[in-house]
Amino acid sequence: MGSDSIIEVSDLTKFYRDFSAVNHINFKVNGGEIFGFLGPNGAGKTTTIKILTGLIQPTEGTATIQGKDIRTHIVEIKKIIGVVTEDSNLYDELSVFDNLRFVGQLYGVSQGNRDKRIGELLKRFDLESKREAKFATLSKGMKRKVTIAAALIHSPQVVFLDEPTTGLDVLSARILRAMIKELKALGVTVFLTTHYIEEAAQLCDRVAILVNGTIKTVDTPGNLIATTNSKNLEEAFIEITGLKEEIMLVDKEGKR
Amino acid sequence: MFKEEIKGSLYIALKDLKMYYFKPPNLSWGIMFPIVMALAFILRNPSGVKDLASGLIAISILFAATSAEAIVIVFERRTKTFERLLLAPLSLQAILFGKVIGGVIFGFLMSSIFLVGSVIFLGVPFSNTVFLLGSLALSAFVFSTFGTLVSVAVKEIFDAMTLANFFRFPMIFLCGVFIPVSALPSFLHPLAYALPLTYSVDLIRFFITGSYDIVHPAVSVVVLIIYSTVLFYLSVWVLKRRIEK
Repeated sequence: MGSDSIIEVSDLTKFYRDFSAVNHINFKVNGGEIFGFLGPNGAGKTTTIKILTGLIQPTEGTATIQGKDIRTHIVEIKKIIGVVTEDSNLYDELSVFDNLRFVGQLYGVSQGNRDKRIGELLKRFDLESKREAKFATLSKGMKRKVTIAAALIHSPQVVFLDEPTTGLDVLSARILRAMIKELKALGVTVFLTTHYIEEAAQLCDRVAILVNGTIKTVDTPGNLIATTNSKNLEEAFIEITGLKEEIMLVDKEGKR
Repeated sequence: MFKEEIKGSLYIALKDLKMYYFKPPNLSWGIMFPIVMALAFILRNPSGVKDLASGLIAISILFAATSAEAIVIVFERRTKTFERLLLAPLSLQAILFGKVIGGVIFGFLMSSIFLVGSVIFLGVPFSNTVFLLGSLALSAFVFSTFGTLVSVAVKEIFDAMTLANFFRFPMIFLCGVFIPVSALPSFLHPLAYALPLTYSVDLIRFFITGSYDIVHPAVSVVVLIIYSTVLFYLSVWVLKRRIEK
């Protein structure tokens, strides 16, 4: 780590009035890795992504992406990042092609490159037959694919994926995981949040575990399993987040 | 950088025009509403068409520029598609400018149709085409920024319509559309002078009848520019606060 880190976060804090959603977090993401950002609901994962992608401002601290400060160079940063938010936020009324073209236009992709890139993405995501279909008519899995394609239209160096497989059926989720691996193979840095610990274990080179807005640890899945004497990453996650007692209580209640 | 921002704004405007503006409900507000109002007054007083034309053209801009503009952002915030725009490498000003331009183009087109219709069917004269079209564009800009401010200030589409109409309907009666401001009771003058439609009607009237009711056209232009600027930056400020919440 160090000189090849593409994202550097230092003392990042976000308060909503008196509530601290993110509290003095520090971590680095290396170029070309899949970095998992894990935590229970309300841990601050989405808030962190929103800050790093310029949707909201931090209260304190800062972060850089490829050496550029999010407070002062957010427009330049947005040119090199792609973001897939929790919701598929494309336009229902527009066709798949028109959605991708519009996003390409927003990112300043020239017309020639844009059409070529759309063609490539439609092919890679197996969406060629849906080119003229309205976004509203697609299945949830298809919508996620188009949303990811839209995030890649400008060939970003870093992609933020916020819960990309939530609500998808098994097959669609598998396809998406394969795509995430493909992004890594293309040299893209992936910042991934997920509720599915097994998914993180499969995909991530390193993970950060966030609890109540604070980072508990950052390490490889293998090291986390080893240091907590766990059988798998899920057990390590439960140990680190302190959810063990709550889960035992739920199990006990369930048996009654 | 500036060029990229302007291009981004235009793409947003074109997308909005395609998705929201040229739709039946919007066309009815932009065309049908002023036509119905015009017919009502023309049937009552056929000789007063020339005096009414400026006011009716102005309200066609007001309703065309604000009807979709007032709901577009609140709608996109609800469907999360506004987040897509916020993620793009554009400043908040460029994004909102794109939204405003959509309303300006639609308002200008609708009022131009109304103007052409008034000239052909009602024999309404006009004195300077370039300045008249310029005054339509400037009025469309003011009302579109007003629509934008409404859209960023509320959370629900229903609230947007309520808030927009709270200002739009009183303006029809206070701003010289049917009754010249100078003929209104004096206690209503401060209110009339505080509303942008007054200056829009007066400016358009000057290029149709050759005379103005309350202030010199140059003053109307300055007031409308100030209104546009203030409403635009107020929208940016309100939206910034809303996003942070």
